[in-house]
Amino acid sequence: MTDVINSLGILLFATLAYGTPLIYAALGSCFSEISGVVNIGIEGMMTAGAFTGTVTAYFTGNPWIGFLCGGLAGMLFGALHALATVRLGADQTIAGTAINMLGPGLVIMIARVLFNSTDTIPLTPEQRMPRLLTGVFDTTTTFGRFMDNVFSTYASTYLVFVAVIIVWFVFYKTRFGLRMRACGEHPAACETLGINVLRTRFLCVCMSGFLAGLGGACVTMAISNQFRPISIVGQGFIAIAAVIFGKFRPHGALIGCLLFGFCSGLKTVLGGSSGIDTQLISMIPYVVTVLVLILFVGKSRVPSASGKPFIKAR
Amino acid sequence: MKKKRSVLEIISSVRFIHILLAIILGFMVGAIFLAVMGVSVGDAYGKLLDSVTTVKGLSYVIVYATPYILTGLSVAFSFKTGVFNIGAEGQFVVGSMAAAVTGILLKDLPKPVLIPLCFIAAMLAGALWGIIVATLKTKWGINEVLAMIMFNWIAFYLSNYIAGLPGIKNTGTAEATQTISENARTLLSKDFINKMGLAPTANWGILVAIAAMILVWFIIEKTTLGYELKTVGSNRFAAEYGGIGVNRSILTALAISGALAGLGGALQVMGMGSRISIFSAQEGFGFGGIVVALIGCSNPFGALAAGLFYGALTYGGSKLNLVGAPTQLISVIVGTVVFFIAISVIFERLGGGLRARRNAAARADKEKREAAKEPPAEAVKPPEGDGAAGPASENEGKEGEAK
Repeated sequence: MTDVINSLGILLFATLAYGTPLIYAALGSCFSEISGVVNIGIEGMMTAGAFTGTVTAYFTGNPWIGFLCGGLAGMLFGALHALATVRLGADQTIAGTAINMLGPGLVIMIARVLFNSTDTIPLTPEQRMPRLLTGVFDTTTTFGRFMDNVFSTYASTYLVFVAVIIVWFVFYKTRFGLRMRACGEHPAACETLGINVLRTRFLCVCMSGFLAGLGGACVTMAISNQFRPISIVGQGFIAIAAVIFGKFRPHGALIGCLLFGFCSGLKTVLGGSSGIDTQLISMIPYVVTVLVLILFVGKSRVPSASGKPFIKAR
Repeated sequence: MKKKRSVLEIISSVRFIHILLAIILGFMVGAIFLAVMGVSVGDAYGKLLDSVTTVKGLSYVIVYATPYILTGLSVAFSFKTGVFNIGAEGQFVVGSMAAAVTGILLKDLPKPVLIPLCFIAAMLAGALWGIIVATLKTKWGINEVLAMIMFNWIAFYLSNYIAGLPGIKNTGTAEATQTISENARTLLSKDFINKMGLAPTANWGILVAIAAMILVWFIIEKTTLGYELKTVGSNRFAAEYGGIGVNRSILTALAISGALAGLGGALQVMGMGSRISIFSAQEGFGFGGIVVALIGCSNPFGALAAGLFYGALTYGGSKLNLVGAPTQLISVIVGTVVFFIAISVIFERLGGGLRARRNAAARADKEKREAAKEPPAEAVKPPEGDGAAGPASENEGKEGEAK
């Protein structure tokens, strides 16, 4: 029984730890998609954030400055994507593909200049994302250990749940949120009502980059302690998948991300002991996603104007 | 009306010139980064050029380019039919694994039988991967981009799983499959390679790639099937109204697209690869295919040229370390090229604006001349006529620009 509770604790810890970066990135993807801009460059923005976050934390010694700078680096690439897709009317898929090449290419080049290697120097515990509520629970008892595993987690994880609530509030309870959703559905109608479609979309895509950058920084500052070229391998695309899974709603995307986090956690918990091939266990999240979509979720409606550049008539 | 086109207009309307400009700009941006890093631009680009302009270098470029041409064709074909095949990666992976398994298990078959068998196995596997996604979309309405991302990863782990199975796995220490049978390899003869001084992995896969290119062109441009797929690609509802089965079209398009990517996987393992490793991250042949399709304007012939360009950069890039420049320079250059291709629509709009302005000016000019030729009888009320013509022609000019 003790073993089961212990494993369950570790499973929940891993779910949250793996899920957190995905949730940040998925919120970012929501911002962009809902305003009508397909952002396939989330992956590249995450890589930029992961590298910048770690490097700033390493040089300043402050994880929070690092975390913020990770977001800003993502935002920079977000602005580049916005410039191309919103201002210049570029094809959104093509521009996103470019971001996915430029992001990793640039940061790994910089890594080689700064550290003479493609990996950054590992962060010390003080430079890493702090864990909250450490030492609050009595780890000598089974229940205490379980609570410690679940709640003594990274500050970025606590923060992401706050972020989900804020994003949900912005989307559905504010005037700006209504406007951005309208821009994703019918930009021409928005323009006739005096909403500045281009500015709204530009802001949303920048915001999307910022959140993706934060997500990237979580990977290298919380789960791991250094940036490596394989730090961000596909998380950006998984986040996009989670958003489609969640029907382009932040709370839906949250569930999608937690599902992926849970399955990744299952891999760590079952990995060594179960006797099932690890490669097959690794496949679970993807198979489960497809099954859940077939059985429960079904069709996900893309915002009508998504993917179409809006060209303002003068 | 005289058809005189300014230089700017010609530049703005020819797609090929956009691509060329984007490539030049890509190399310029790369040069800036090199300069910032303190690496000699001449050394780096000189090395890049030198490494791909020898006979041996060229043969390497072709070997590197072959799989990318196929995934590029796969993505280009999907673009034509209105689906974005982000799943080429997974189709490539299952294709190469199917070819490898065939090449390992049936190793005693003679070459003329085994090679086609490997090709067929790979194409079937790739097509199957495409059909699964298409079925999910048409039967349950599941977003194809989402399904493809999932199936890329399922293919990745499936390949790793199969590579570790007894009977397939390498008997030595390597985390990879066994080497596939000599009878399944597409390598050129050793004598020929030595005589010409080619790369040791030089193979005739490129001929298959060229054949596939011609076939894709033929399907798209010369068959009813291609016409239907293109119609679905440009307007799904019009196609349906015109009696084309949209669901069946999506299924066919993804099956063909998947078969092409799968064939790319076969060419990779039967030519250069010889076996498949257990990977920790996706290799990116499908992603490279997206880039190739974009640089090649989603055109089969463009995919061949862009594939060779991408192969040259990948191979040349691997030699950049020798002059102290990072290999990632290539990602930056290619990323910049793709970025400028993305924003090259601005040229087209600029060109459209120029054309509209000139047409409007010509129209206004013509009206003025006609007004001047009008009989003197109507000259009784000239102020009204002039007043009406002025704003009208101005409005036309504005409308033209807006478009």
